Amino acid sequence: MSEPVSALKGASFDGLAHVEECGLQGMITLRGALSARAVQKAATVASGASLPDANRANMAGEGGLCWMSPDELLILCPYPRAAETVETMRKTLGKTHALAVNVSDARAMFRVSGGAAREVLAKLCPVDLSPAAFGPGQFRRTRMAQIAAAIWMEDDESFGIVCFRSVAEYAFNLLKAAAQPGSAVGVFAARPGAISGD
Amino acid sequence: MLILHCPNCGVDADETELAPGGQAHLKRFGPGSSDEDFHDYLFARENPRGVHFERWRHAHGCGKWFHAARDTATLEVFATYSAQTTEPPQAVLDAIAARRPGWTWRHES
Repeated sequence: MSEPVSALKGASFDGLAHVEECGLQGMITLRGALSARAVQKAATVASGASLPDANRANMAGEGGLCWMSPDELLILCPYPRAAETVETMRKTLGKTHALAVNVSDARAMFRVSGGAAREVLAKLCPVDLSPAAFGPGQFRRTRMAQIAAAIWMEDDESFGIVCFRSVAEYAFNLLKAAAQPGSAVGVFAARPGAISGD
Repeated sequence: MLILHCPNCGVDADETELAPGGQAHLKRFGPGSSDEDFHDYLFARENPRGVHFERWRHAHGCGKWFHAARDTATLEVFATYSAQTTEPPQAVLDAIAARRPGWTWRHES
């Protein structure tokens, strides 16, 4: 058996924020009618998290459940357990029209943490990342420069990012460039004299 | 720069997150139709200066299609609505009429 390795083997960078590749992460794509009882059960049992509302993610320990689209969920689980989890899900789904696939090796996961994490991501994504508009628990599929990515906040100063494995190096270089020391904009910092809501 | 509200996932999506799909509400002329109708279905498109209906796909987001009613000259967006419609819903027509008095949907003229 070959030993599985993540795209960048846990590379990390320290700048405005700490950027790291999270290593191997189990990920399962589940598509189907999210209103179907079997789909809901398969997702919640596999992840250990409750079903999230639209554009939100629920984390529970090592597992997590992310809302990807009106008919798609992303299940996070420990890497070694992904294959057996898919098998369990398929049994739960039975004849329900749905699809569960282990995509762990097709994706890469990053974490950006630190006081300037919002700003680092805001440089790359066309998303309003101000504290009022985007906070912990929210989940957003978007783009980072040229590539598709999904981002969510783990806590107030930490983002999780998922992208395709084939563009992992590009994503890491992007994040490094955005977190380059000396490139702070300070757009989310409290501005003295700023009118509230401006 | 356009910002369109995706009615499928509820996100206000920047234009760079979207893929354009051309004119909305085309009527298909397939096998058995006249050559002229088929030609127009394939090639003839409106190119208005003003109110226009378009298809967009939230390509870097939820991946779903939706329709948008907007003004090509001012970039004002009147409404976005479900792609599973063959003509604009009345609420969309009302929203446009409120902003553009005298304007009528092509099937009404």
